[in-house]
Amino acid sequence: MVREDFICLTPLMIIAGAPVLMMLVVAVIRSYKVIYGLSLSGFILAFLSIFFLLPVIPHATGQLFIFDGFTILFFVIIILACLLITILSDGYLVYQESEKEEYFIILYTSALGALVLAAASNFVTLFLGLEMLSISLYVLIAYRRSRDNSIEAAVKYLILASGASGFLLFGMGLIYVDTGSLEFTKIVMALQSSGFSSPLLLTGFSMMVVGIGFKLALVPFHMWTPDVYHGAPVPVATFIATVSKGAVIAVLLRFFYAIEGFRNHNFILLITVVSILSMFIGNLLAIRQQNLKRILAYSSISNMGYLVITLLIGTKGGIDAAVFYIASYIITTIGAFGVITLLSDRDNEAEKLKSYTGLFWKRPWVAIVLTLTMLSLAGIPITSGFLAKFYVILEGLNAGLLVLVISLIINSVIGLYYYLRVVTILFSPPNDVKFPAISPAGRLVLFIVTLGILWLGIFPEWFFNLIARF
Amino acid sequence: MILLFLILILLAGGALAWITGKWSDLLPRVISLVALSLDLILLIAIYNGQSAAGNNSWWIDYRVDWIPTFGISLHLAIDGLSMLLLALTMFIGLVSVLISWKEIHEKTGFFHFNILWILSGISGVFLSMDLFLFYFFWELMLVPMYFLISIWGHENRIYASYKFFIYTQASGLLMFLSIIALYFIHGRSTGIYTFDYIQLLGTTMAPTVAFILMSGFLAAFLVKLPVVPFHNWLPDAHTEAPTAGSVILAGLLLKTGAYGLIRFVLPLFPEASVTFAPAGMILGVIGILYGAKLAFAQTDLKRLVAYTSVSHMGFVILGVYAFNEIAMQGVVVQMIAHALSTGALFILVGQLYERIHTRDMDRMGGLWKQVPVMGATGIIFAMASLGLPGLGNFIAEFLILAGTFQASILMTCLACAGLVAATIYSLRIVQKVFLGKEKTTWNISDLSVREKIISASLVITLVYLGMLPQQVIDTAKPSVLKSLNSIEQTRSQNTGKPTGEASIWCDEINTDGASAKYLKCKLW
Repeated sequence: MVREDFICLTPLMIIAGAPVLMMLVVAVIRSYKVIYGLSLSGFILAFLSIFFLLPVIPHATGQLFIFDGFTILFFVIIILACLLITILSDGYLVYQESEKEEYFIILYTSALGALVLAAASNFVTLFLGLEMLSISLYVLIAYRRSRDNSIEAAVKYLILASGASGFLLFGMGLIYVDTGSLEFTKIVMALQSSGFSSPLLLTGFSMMVVGIGFKLALVPFHMWTPDVYHGAPVPVATFIATVSKGAVIAVLLRFFYAIEGFRNHNFILLITVVSILSMFIGNLLAIRQQNLKRILAYSSISNMGYLVITLLIGTKGGIDAAVFYIASYIITTIGAFGVITLLSDRDNEAEKLKSYTGLFWKRPWVAIVLTLTMLSLAGIPITSGFLAKFYVILEGLNAGLLVLVISLIINSVIGLYYYLRVVTILFSPPNDVKFPAISPAGRLVLFIVTLGILWLGIFPEWFFNLIARF
Repeated sequence: MILLFLILILLAGGALAWITGKWSDLLPRVISLVALSLDLILLIAIYNGQSAAGNNSWWIDYRVDWIPTFGISLHLAIDGLSMLLLALTMFIGLVSVLISWKEIHEKTGFFHFNILWILSGISGVFLSMDLFLFYFFWELMLVPMYFLISIWGHENRIYASYKFFIYTQASGLLMFLSIIALYFIHGRSTGIYTFDYIQLLGTTMAPTVAFILMSGFLAAFLVKLPVVPFHNWLPDAHTEAPTAGSVILAGLLLKTGAYGLIRFVLPLFPEASVTFAPAGMILGVIGILYGAKLAFAQTDLKRLVAYTSVSHMGFVILGVYAFNEIAMQGVVVQMIAHALSTGALFILVGQLYERIHTRDMDRMGGLWKQVPVMGATGIIFAMASLGLPGLGNFIAEFLILAGTFQASILMTCLACAGLVAATIYSLRIVQKVFLGKEKTTWNISDLSVREKIISASLVITLVYLGMLPQQVIDTAKPSVLKSLNSIEQTRSQNTGKPTGEASIWCDEINTDGASAKYLKCKLW
């Protein structure tokens, strides 16, 4: 192993080493504070170690990982998101009666899975990362098993995700049979000589689409999303919506752009259909929901629909738009779920839309954060969501994807309806529901998120430059 | 920089009003008045400085990069047209703060925050010289307006606020699509990717493409104006909004649509505009007649006033698509006069509602005895609305009709019928509310000093505009000519000869001074 390999793997090793350390500590003393401190410092350390990667990229370690600017961007996004989720989880775990130390250990293994996905350059690492992520999530979803729907959600996710993994694995197998390699670069070479003609390959890719589509909750593989979001503890739902999806998008973008899937008419047709269906079905189903978590679940379906448009753009601009979109989506979603997390108490999660009636007049700052996240999801100016949509529309039009862009616009209008509904409820005359006070750490998270949404929405230039440089 | 300050003062004032609203009801009101007056003073300073400097096409031009990656800049500029509309914005802003003094008691801080942010969005729209920035401000004013309607509105406010937001957002997105498409078309043909208005002017494209892009812009502007098939949101939003909201909606928000037509649609798509002109004029006439008819059929006083807006805005689009200077000048005057007269009528409705808590005209009648001063101002505003000579609307409608006459005699005749209809519905207001038999005995007080000041200032400006419109016409002239210039070129290319008649006329008028009278002689 050369020195560069070692440097590049540092973030991964920190994230992999931390849970081991935590397990050892738990064996000696079971102290929640220590474990929480360790998990915070682990993520911070991993984040700092990314700076050491900058001089050595791009670099490939063996056949398994690739570390380039794209990987770094996603590392930063994932680790920062994990950090925020850790802080949010702290406030939430107070209400957990039984052991809560293991929560962070499992959070770490799932974060490791996400990072592996972001750096994967091989089917082996792709599958490894995905499974590490999924298996950790089965546990996390059921972590507060005394809650209603918790076990149901976990079992649902377990069964469906295993099915999806099976499809994915079979698809990889078929592609391996045809091309003789598991490495992205070699598959690309094989494709260049033979094209997409072989039926074996096409079957393989279609099966992979099922697996990936499930993870991203694209229609028609979206059925699990609302139930799992609803049943999972809020911080875990946040993790699924942000980190898990971000990581899968990362590997999908890398693979799809490597094989130049945007040139193949089968793929174009497939993704166009999936994207349009996701947008419409996600948005239309969200309209009648009464539960904020479910609204966000359906909103995530439609947002992934918008995001896969970038797959078909096929230029550097397309990748940049996707990175900006996912960054904006992640920070916005953490904000929205963050508010739910921080307003939840021992017995109830603050998920019923009705309980938010008149929040603005009782707790103005929290309500403003939630309003901003809703406006950002709806794509209204001064929020990051507006520029994210703008970027996708811009690059989409540049690539001539008129149908997709127009359906994005139609869906922005449909989406507006239910985002506005949430905002209207926040500003209605107040009810007598009491929400718990928010801890300073929770306030910090909301502050960072608000700042992020506004900063990306008003002064996006530095971020555009950052993305463009990597 | 001073232009940026115009917007920033309002934004900061809004934030400050919100914060201070916690401690006192009075502070937000005072802060809003101060911020708006400050802007008005700045505008007067700009205007005076300009008169000394002479007639440049742009008085002040301010440009810094905002998102250079996409060629987006913070480009603000002011000329005569923007100047007039900005002054109007601040004036209407002051009025709407004053009329809310007694009407709004709950959440005063947030209310004034919304008012000032709407006004800053509107100011931004009137100043933007970058299409992305323009869209940014276009959307920025929606959210606070939505709050204004949905929090402080009447019974059916939620429905009305949704309708308003979704109509404008949907149409705005179509414009956004056109803006981006224009960006690419310009970028691909010249290699310069920019959203800058000045640079995008004169982008060459195929006629069909131009027409499609223009349709995107038109979608946004025609919905905002509104023009008849897209007017559906207006009666609801105007009726349900609090008085200040209705005044801003009618006085300013509708004007952004007209401004968009003059500033963006005509210069950017001259050929497509010429193609669209007959349809535009027909839409205008339909709006005039249909709006008037609907206004006549209302029993809710506020809804009636709302429909008169549809009718008056019909004149605007009619005048814009007549493509000559007289009509276009009429449009500018109409924008101002309508803002004042309809705003005044909404204020009247608000004052009545504060006193008798109903907007139903069938329950009113014979109020003159009780409130003679209110009745008198009411008659003046109704007369303004029907286009009585001596008040602003007369000049506006007369100029528009005189201009349109050269473009299409048939349309002018039909539009004239609208004036008759306006007389009917305006007189009906007076008849049903102030005259006639008393249906219910109300025991109400007449206008207070504050209300008298508001009404008096509106009456004075309306009379001034009706008697001495020359200053407005002179100020708007360069902008109007700029907007018509591209159209003239297109037409002369098409027909081979310049259609200079209109501009010759107007030069005479403008040197002459006594505009309306002289014009009348010429016309007949």
